[in-house]
Amino acid sequence: MKVGVPRTLFYYAYSPFICSFFEELGVEVVVSELTSKKIIDEGVEDAVSDACVPIKLFHGHVKNLLNKVDFVLVPRLVSVNDESTFCPKFLGLPDMLESSLPDFDNMLEVRVDTKGKRSELFKTCLKTAGTLGIGFFKTLRAFNKALKNYEEYKRKFREGTIPYLGVESRDKNSDVIIGVVGYPYILYDSYLSLDIIKKLISMGCHVVTPEMLAEEEKRREDLKLRKLLFWTFSNGVLRASYNFIRENKVDGIIHVTAFGCGPDFIVDKLLELECKEKNVPFLTVTLDEHTGQEGVNTRLEAFVDMIRIKKARKEAAVS
Amino acid sequence: MRKVSFPFVGTANIPFENLMRAFGNDVILPSRPTKETLSLGTKYAPEFACLPFKIVLGTYIEVLEKGANTLVSTGGVGPCRAGLYTALQEKILKSLGYEFEMITLEPPSRYLKDLIQNIKKLINVKLSFKDYIRIAKFIWKELQLLDKAEKLSHKVRPLEVKKGEASLAYKKAVDLVREAKDLKELLEVEREIENLFDKIDKKDIDPIKIGIVGEIYVLLEPSANLEIEEMLGDLGVYAERSMFLAGYTFYNAIMDLFRRPGEMDVKKEAMPYFKEMCGGHGRESVGNAIIFAKRGFDGVIQLSPFTCIPEIVAKSILPRVCEKYNIGFLPVTLDEQTGKEGLRTRIEAFVDLLSARKKKNFIKGDAKNGALFGY
Repeated sequence: MKVGVPRTLFYYAYSPFICSFFEELGVEVVVSELTSKKIIDEGVEDAVSDACVPIKLFHGHVKNLLNKVDFVLVPRLVSVNDESTFCPKFLGLPDMLESSLPDFDNMLEVRVDTKGKRSELFKTCLKTAGTLGIGFFKTLRAFNKALKNYEEYKRKFREGTIPYLGVESRDKNSDVIIGVVGYPYILYDSYLSLDIIKKLISMGCHVVTPEMLAEEEKRREDLKLRKLLFWTFSNGVLRASYNFIRENKVDGIIHVTAFGCGPDFIVDKLLELECKEKNVPFLTVTLDEHTGQEGVNTRLEAFVDMIRIKKARKEAAVS
Repeated sequence: MRKVSFPFVGTANIPFENLMRAFGNDVILPSRPTKETLSLGTKYAPEFACLPFKIVLGTYIEVLEKGANTLVSTGGVGPCRAGLYTALQEKILKSLGYEFEMITLEPPSRYLKDLIQNIKKLINVKLSFKDYIRIAKFIWKELQLLDKAEKLSHKVRPLEVKKGEASLAYKKAVDLVREAKDLKELLEVEREIENLFDKIDKKDIDPIKIGIVGEIYVLLEPSANLEIEEMLGDLGVYAERSMFLAGYTFYNAIMDLFRRPGEMDVKKEAMPYFKEMCGGHGRESVGNAIIFAKRGFDGVIQLSPFTCIPEIVAKSILPRVCEKYNIGFLPVTLDEQTGKEGLRTRIEAFVDLLSARKKKNFIKGDAKNGALFGY
């Protein structure tokens, strides 16, 4: 049996768990190809026109898998902790696909609503394995293995490796440290993000991303908001950025976002206001299917140059 | 003294103004949003904020300039972002240098204590239990009458012989409600409103019927939806909206208190196509479209602000639903760039299409449309 995993959205946050779980169950996992122009074009064709690029991309990745596998995994991510849910588009994802891809009849829909409880997550896994005709003990073993694999992946991230890009982001000798914040499915998709992280590293910068902070560390961060944001990934981005700013970990922050992203207009404005108050250079890079590499490069270069000049001035003033 | 103000939503400002006054506050009335309001909001709002956010932010700036020191608005529990708007708007306005208190009325089921505290802040006179009952009855009747007048105007506008009479009658009805002092007067106004619409000369035709679904603010506030209902009425279409003030208040404030999900039938209809609550009114849009179809409507128009997430989910589902129930579908996305003439052209084309379809079905004797008379 073959299960297809679209290489976008949840993939860049949970694939180490998902892929190793299925593999341990003895199911062959087929991950869709790396994002390419072809995949984006195919997604744009069928997705509703004002959806954000990641959603369009998801359509493309599903189409990339359709005829290669028995099932294509489409999770309905509702909650993974006790304080927030996911963006409405994640909640409605299977419904959207069912309507916009009429010949998609092998969807493996998995509703994930764990509220942060491990037992709930196991129940979800059990149910999924059950639909594939796999029993309790095999599932339990796969579940434990998947958890271990996931912890390992998170540890690697905290140590500064970005597994999806195959790069080490930390070079202690860099003169500029930049916090690159955004959702994992944008940051770590080379094609979609126009390789912003690699570009910055090649410019001699040291890059930190939200995934490099432990969950508990992020949770401690006070957002000074009356109400926590509703969305898991958004809270992650915001808390990580506040942490970077408060502990003076970065010389500047780059927020990478998708055109028309619903939650991000709030995240982006809050970040802008916070950076302004704390006098931290801030840049927003908005991406969609038409964004060109050169324009982004120019902006990144200008941003890094500006930080270097600012730092040089500061040092001159001190000495 | 508190100088209270609030966003402008359709005719809701009338009962809300009365409520705030009855509680002993000074009220700075927001005026109907204009182009200037929107450009003020657009100037200070983030680019991808939705149209309601921009209009409301613009309105806040206008009322703060007029001297308001307390802004009252509603919250929400998500995952639609509108529940976070006041938090962000407060930050933006304070960064512009305005001083005021933002009071957010959250839904009672999750924030009951908070809600009571906030309401207490807004009650600045001593009221007896009897007073509360009197105020509640009065406000509720006002809400009902405003909805009634609006529904009547939708019904009569496509049938009027002399163009513009229904709109005039509606304006008059709103004024009557606004001027009524107590419940007794309101009861008299009710009869008067019915009379106003009765008096209009009507044609005896069966108009094209279009249901309007979508996001609540653009649905309720005509200046945000470019008066689409009037536009449809003038084209001889009977347009019915899926959401009205009184109903919405009832389901979201009162039923919520008892933790009863509102509008069960709408949700049930939407279930096969839209399995997860995803905030806003996305699921209601799908459910209401199905209900309109079952009631024999010819088409559905979905109104959504640009970048509205729940409505985008609904928008990808609605074409399939409308195809299945064999009714027309027109999605309308609104932002600060949307022009009235462009919208009118699209609406005209849509109405032409629906009437052509209706005629064809009639001639063919389509059983579904109940016209089997041997042509």
